[in-house]
Amino acid sequence: MHEATVAQSLIEVILQEAEQRHAKPVRAKMSCGELNKINDEVLSFAFEAIAKDTLCEAMVLQIEHKPLQARCRTCGQVFAVDISNTRCPGCGAGDFELLPDAPLVLDEIEFERTDDGQGECRQEDSERQ
Amino acid sequence: MDKVNVGKKILNANETYALKNRQLLARHGKPCFNMISSPGSGKTTLLVRTISDLAQSLRIGVIEGDLQTDIDAERIRATQAPAIQINTEGACHLSAVQVHQALEQLPVETLDMVFIENVGNLVCPSAFELGEDGKIVVLSVAEGDDKPAKYPGIFAKSKVLLVSKIDLLQGSLVEFDLDRVNADARRLNRSIEIFPLSAKTGEGMQNWYDWLARQVRAR
Repeated sequence: MHEATVAQSLIEVILQEAEQRHAKPVRAKMSCGELNKINDEVLSFAFEAIAKDTLCEAMVLQIEHKPLQARCRTCGQVFAVDISNTRCPGCGAGDFELLPDAPLVLDEIEFERTDDGQGECRQEDSERQ
Repeated sequence: MDKVNVGKKILNANETYALKNRQLLARHGKPCFNMISSPGSGKTTLLVRTISDLAQSLRIGVIEGDLQTDIDAERIRATQAPAIQINTEGACHLSAVQVHQALEQLPVETLDMVFIENVGNLVCPSAFELGEDGKIVVLSVAEGDDKPAKYPGIFAKSKVLLVSKIDLLQGSLVEFDLDRVNADARRLNRSIEIFPLSAKTGEGMQNWYDWLARQVRAR
């Protein structure tokens, strides 16, 4: 149940970003790895509960799960590893090195565009949706 | 809508304190290990025996994490070793800021090594860095040999696996395939050191003590 701590930290980071931009956040995308996996339902529930009565209320939270990667020690192939069935898809060997797992990261936030232009984002137009 | 790339670690606030803890320990040159296991694997019993057996050669301080009570800290203090109890009051893991406050109360300069005994839980504590030099996962044979397969995260992240209560393997009191645990843990973590031991009979404890001595010498 550390999802509650993750939700709390996530909201703190989003609120800091929102304060800097004087803008209301409406959607956020985060990601996690396989060994730092979080449960989407539990996290979303905690997020909704903690976001209530803050600027984050009613935000949409998207959670991306990044697969764990491994490098085969026999043929060198890098592949998304299923840790319950650990064979290299290239050569079938079972000897591999796990690559660093993706940490819990807040990847992006979408802010409501404000009339006074203060909600302007730092990014270049090309990176906008 | 304005979309902004943030790319910030969500647990950044925790990691800031983990870094402070790492710096504090490094300043004193003391190794620190974060012990993680299910409740009842025998972490405290292992620590009590380790502290008593090594009393002449290694001064150990302990930070204890539990939801409630200071039962564990009292057990450690009974060995004369200093112990600080953290009560998480429901939280399933220790956070770096709690450990920071405890480190400030512990006489770190007089110690050779600090142990953090995390809240009994094989899942959540593995996500929170505390500033330790390594994680030590404890798995008692009574819990079953399928745990590395079922809870891979902590076995992938730990430096050491202590397979505890091996005295229960005598007379087949419990079914436990140590080879399976070795194979599953090493598949996740090739460099993990595995020490089967019993804090009750003392079997296997010397390998663990030798490892601890190497950690102090490495400083």
